[in-house]
This record gives sequence, structure tokens and C-alpha cells, in this order.
Amino acid sequence: MLEIKNLHASVLDIDDSEILTGIDMKVNKGEVHAIMGPNGSGKSTLANVLMGRFDYLVSEGDITLDGESIIELRPDQRAHLGMFLAFQYPAEIPGVRPWQFLKTALDSKAESRGEDKMSVRNFSKLFDEKVEAVGINPNLVKRSLNEGFSGGEKKRNEMLQLEVLQPSLAILDETDSGLDVDALRIVAEGVNSMRSPARSFIVVTHYQRLLNYITPDVVHILVAGKIVKTGGPELALEVEKDGYNEYLSATGANV
Amino acid sequence: MTNQNTISRESDLSGGEYKWGFVTDVETDLAPKGLSEDIVRLISAKKEEPGWLLDWRLKAYRHWVSLYESEGEPDWAMIDYPDVDFQDIYYYAAPKGTNEAPKNLDDVDPEMLETFEKLGIPLQERAALAGVAVDAVFDSISVATTMEKQLGELGIIFCSFSEAVKNHPDLVKKYLGSVVPYTDNFYAALNAAVFSDGSFAYIPPGVRCPIELMTYFRINTEGSGQFERTLIVADAGAYVSYLEGCTAPFRKTSQLHAATVELVAHDDSEIKYSTIQNWFPGTPEGEGGVYNFVTKRGRADKNAKISWTQVETGSAITWKYPSVILRGDNSVGEFFSVALANNHQQADTGTKMIHIGKNTKSTIVSKGISAGKGNNTYRGQVQIMPGAENAVNHTQCDSLLVGDQCGAHTVPYIEVRNPTARLEHEASTSKVSDDQLFYLMARGLSEEEAHHMIITGWSRDVIKELPFEFALEASQLLKVSLEGAVG
Ligand SMILES: Nc1ncnc2c1ncn2[C@@H]1O[C@H](COP(=O)(O)OP(=O)(O)OP(=O)(O)O)[C@@H](O)[C@H]1O
Ligand SMILES: [Mg+2]
Repeated sequence: MLEIKNLHASVLDIDDSEILTGIDMKVNKGEVHAIMGPNGSGKSTLANVLMGRFDYLVSEGDITLDGESIIELRPDQRAHLGMFLAFQYPAEIPGVRPWQFLKTALDSKAESRGEDKMSVRNFSKLFDEKVEAVGINPNLVKRSLNEGFSGGEKKRNEMLQLEVLQPSLAILDETDSGLDVDALRIVAEGVNSMRSPARSFIVVTHYQRLLNYITPDVVHILVAGKIVKTGGPELALEVEKDGYNEYLSATGANV
Repeated sequence: MTNQNTISRESDLSGGEYKWGFVTDVETDLAPKGLSEDIVRLISAKKEEPGWLLDWRLKAYRHWVSLYESEGEPDWAMIDYPDVDFQDIYYYAAPKGTNEAPKNLDDVDPEMLETFEKLGIPLQERAALAGVAVDAVFDSISVATTMEKQLGELGIIFCSFSEAVKNHPDLVKKYLGSVVPYTDNFYAALNAAVFSDGSFAYIPPGVRCPIELMTYFRINTEGSGQFERTLIVADAGAYVSYLEGCTAPFRKTSQLHAATVELVAHDDSEIKYSTIQNWFPGTPEGEGGVYNFVTKRGRADKNAKISWTQVETGSAITWKYPSVILRGDNSVGEFFSVALANNHQQADTGTKMIHIGKNTKSTIVSKGISAGKGNNTYRGQVQIMPGAENAVNHTQCDSLLVGDQCGAHTVPYIEVRNPTARLEHEASTSKVSDDQLFYLMARGLSEEEAHHMIITGWSRDVIKELPFEFALEASQLLKVSLEGAVG
């Protein structure tokens, strides 16, 4: 279970740059939470802070995973605990093959847990299977990681990693943005097939349409670094209809 | 080298210290320190060389003395080090009792074999299994040569330089100094005067050498210089791939290394020359380390091709510009380089492509990585001579900075004397970005693994040019060499 308590975060080395202004959230095992909110409200910042990105300073509050604080952990340590972030803007890494990268990632996770590394043969099989499942052009994964990938291809590649690494807590930051209808369905099917009592999801999205496929247990509205409303799936429909105006005026935020 | 062998070495490299920093306790036969005509004569006598070679050495020595007295060491490179005291160096150090190079492995000092074992050199029958013929130079004397027989059946000669002088004097006499004359530069003159040993290879016309030839060089004796000389000749239509590895033990005093390599590629032949240079880089505080001053040059005749591929991770100072003289029409020259400078290392390296023949083509891919307080300079020269109709050069020159105390410099010289030439030059400087690091770490890679992956990926265009087992080793070396620079 993930618990976020009164989380305040700002940009390291920039004074008065608080972006997250006190977030509280509880994600139980097996649940899917959706986070919606206007541009610039802090959704990606929250995702990055959860994953341990260095350039944010947590000035107040705590994040616990199964009761243990993870605030002091590095991103790799959080990954080893089963956390995963599908990036809104995945980085391009020249010369690194997706295959090689994922094998290394899987190996370091296994190593940190004292488990055996997957054999190259088994990994190759798994990899090819997942490449087909997420509908990535097999030629693409022979190229450099994300380099020159289209927006949609990058998102599919994030899904590929999600499916191979099988995390217990997956944060998807706008993985549905910029996707065509088929790709959107693949993302939804991926998430739905991975849904299990032991795994939770935090899905950041701007669009109700994704939530037609993935029915969330809980929907949060994030405005100006705070969760201003929490509800069931119907909340997403409301937002789709009415926008964020009522919350914006309430927080005095100006977008 | 078997893959197995290379892979097991990979797992050994986790310690982070300079792994090759052990000293072998072999009794060494030293000539007195210092350089003089007598020392040159002594080296030549110890090696029972013919008169013409002694004469050549002496001419080189006198030339060196005149350079030393007039200009001293060359100072145009972007490297900074205390003057070398040339009288405080041993110019001849041979393991005792090996005045005669051993005939087979049983004659080799077991301790020396163990050293090679630690280096991961497949000296024994592993070599045959792996398809690598190894010529290992231990300080000055060549210790053992494997697979000579199999090669002999094809008419291929692969032996130590001294053996070549004894057994193939005509070939040596014909080609020695033909590409790098002793008058070429200060260090080339020094090397010609006092070179101790090195490798020699000759591939007869039309023969494709079926295995990769490899030499491992190592400096062992404290305060000794190493001056090896390599000569590779591919006769018309021949092909050879040659690998060179270099290590030196941990020493707080600096060691001088001044090597010369000459390649002769006759019509329609091809020579592929790969180097992994891992001489001791000095301590992280900048003490000791090898001063590596190397002259490497090849001559490509009609339709011939010469490729230099180098991964330079070692040495405190690197001064090295493997070059190709594109003399014949349609000849091709290539230079692929990754040079890493960490801590206090300084590398000034690059290439020269001299286009003389028509339709000659050269490719330069240089990747410089600077970390810690390291300084990396690419210095390249492309020269198109008046007769070189339709010459083509493509140069790509990339720098990667790790941290903010290091430096990267690019110094291209271009001289075009024929208007039909086409030259392209691309250059870039990048840093390992926080986005890249966070992306990889969020997937579970440690900061060090992430850096390593970004850097080897960035170097991929060069590393992929190396034979497979060398590519693995190169990637591991980059990793080890960067330890301490990140994290
Ligand atoms: N490293 C940073 N340096 C400076 N400003 C930052 C940094 N990270 C985030 N911000 C700022 O914090 C605010 C929240 O950004 P964030 O990316 O979290 O928004 P978001 O809710 O994900 O928006 P979108 O819907 O457009 O993706 C923005 O104003 C952004 O410019
Ligand atoms: Mg965002």
C-alpha cells in the first residue's frame, strides 16, 4: 500500500518554488487511481517525486510503501521495491538497445532481491512476446532507446517496459496522450490484464476516454499542487463536462 | 580470446581499483639507466642485431640528440606534464635468463605465465581454441608466440620483432622506417634508437589471415621505458585483423612509453588494427601513470584499406595520432576512436588522413569522454593533395562531459588543395543529462550502471568496429575507468 502524507515539494535550488502544496493520498493494493488536473497543476511532479527524482526537494510530509518511508531512497531502490513510472516524456538514449536496457533493468532488480537472473533465452522469448503484445514495430526495438521514436511509439515502448518489468505499483503519466485509438486500446488492455489484487496503478490522464476502458476505483482532482476533490469514476465524467473552473476559483490558482 | 575468458574477466572488474596493478617478481636484467650511444650499442648487441640495424639505430639516436638539443620535446599538444628526464630511465630491461627468447611455453618463467594469466591472456592452447594467435611482449623480450605453425603453412609470418630481424631480415630491412622514418618526430627518433621489441606480421599476396593476430604489451620494471615497434605488412590482396592490448602495473612514478607502429597495405589489401590501451592512468590524485607517446601510421596503396580502431582509457598522458597515407587510387582510410580522460588524465589524440591518390576516401569518428578533472583533445588533420581528384572525407567528432570540472577540445586542421574534394565535418558536445540518468535509474539501474550504459551507448559507433571479445572488454574498461567519476 502506498501512502502519501501532507507532501510538499519544491524545485531544488529554486526558492519559493513549491509545486506540491500538501498532498494526501492512499492507494491500496489492487486499486486503480486516476489523477486528473489542469496543465501545470503538478501531476508529473508528483509522479517524479514518487519515483525519487533528485531535482525536487521534499520539504514536508512523507511517502510510505507498505508502511516504510521511501523518502530517502534513490530511484533505483524504489524500482527494486516494485515501483514503476511510465514517463510523460521518455528520455532518448543514443546507442542503447531497448533489449539490452530492459535485460539490465531486470537483472539489477533480480540481483537486489537475491533472485536468479533470467537467462538470455527466456528473456528473449518474453521480450518478443511483449513486443508483439504492445504492438511495437519489431524494427523499432533494434534502434536506440526512444531515439527518433514518434510520440506514440515512445508510449508503446513505456508499455513494453511496464509489461516486462511487472511492477507492483505502476504510475502512468499521460501514457494515453498522443495515442491513436488502437494504441489507446492496447494501453487499456495492458493495464486491465495486469490488474491484480497485488498490484496498484496510478494513472495520470487528461481524458475520460481512457477511463472508459480502465474503470478506476478512485479519481482525484489535482489543482495547484493539492488534491481538491476525490471521488469515484463519476468524477471524471463531471470534469469532462464542466472543466476545472470551479476548483480553480476555489484555490485561487491562475492557469 | 575465448568469450568465456572475457566474460569471466568482466565479473572480476567490480573492485574499482586498477585491476592490472600487480607487479611481477621476476628477476630483471637491467642495463644502466640513461641514454647514450653505448646504450644503443648495448641493446643492439644484446639482441645480436646485424650491422645495418645498429647503423640505423645510431643515426636515429644522433637525430634524436639533435632534436633534444634544439627543440626538446614537442610542446604543441594540449597536455601538461613535467619534463621527462631521459637520463633517469632504463632503456633495456629483460627478464633474467631469457636472453634467448624461449622456444616453447615450458621454457617460460612460471611466474610470468601467471602474470599473463591474471591479465586474461589466452597464451596457452586456449588461444588455439579461440582462434587467436598471441604474441606477448613482457617488458622488452617477447615471451611466447602461439600458433606460429598454423600460420606458417599459409606463409603468414607473425613473430616478435627481434625474431623477424633474425629470420626475415630482408623483409624488415625493406619496410622498417618506410612509413615512419626515424626523422619523423622526437618520439619516433627515440623509439628507432632504443626500441626493444615488438611484433612483426607479414601476410603474403592473396592470403586472408584466418585468425585475429593479437599482442599484449605490458610494462613491469619500475623506472623502465617501453619502446616497442610494430610492423605489419599486407602484401597485394591480403587481409589481416590485428589486435593490441596494453597494461602496466600501479606505480607512483611515471613511466615512459614511446611506441611506433608502421602498417604497409599493398594494392587491394586490407589491414584492420584495433587497440585497447589501458596503461596505468596514475592515481586519482594524479601521481604516476604512463606517458604514452605513440606514432602510428599506415600507407595504403591502390584499392587498399586501413582501419584504425582504438579505445584509449589508460595513461596519464596520451599523445597519439594514428594516420593513413592514402597514396594509391581508391584507397580508404578509417579512424574510429573512443578516448576517455578521468581524474587527472590528459589525452590529446586524433588522426591524420593524407589524400594523395584519386577517389580516396577517409572516415573519422572520434568520441572523447571527459570526466573528473580529465582533459580530452581531438586533434585531426585532413589533407587533400593536388592530385587527389574526388577525395572524400567525413569527420564526426563528439565530446561527452561527465561532471563540470573536465574539459573537451576539438582542433581540426583541414587543408584542401584540390577543388573536387568533398569534406564533411560534424561536431557535437553533450553532457549526460539528468533526464537520461533518472530514466534509467527509475528502471532499477544504479547511478553507475546508468552512466555506463549512457556512455557505452554513446560510444557505440566506435565499439561496434571492434572484434566481439574486444568490444566486451572495451565496454568493461570504460566502466572501470569511470569509477569514482560518478556517484
Ligand atoms: N524541474 C523544474 N524546474 C522548474 N519548474 C518546474 C520543474 N518541474 C516542474 N516545474 C513547474 O511546476 C509546475 C507543475 O509541473 P508538472 O509538470 O508537474 O505539471 P503537470 O500537471 O504534469 O502538467 P501537464 O498536464 O501539462 O503535464 C509547472 O508550472 C512547471 O513548470
Ligand atoms: Mg505532466
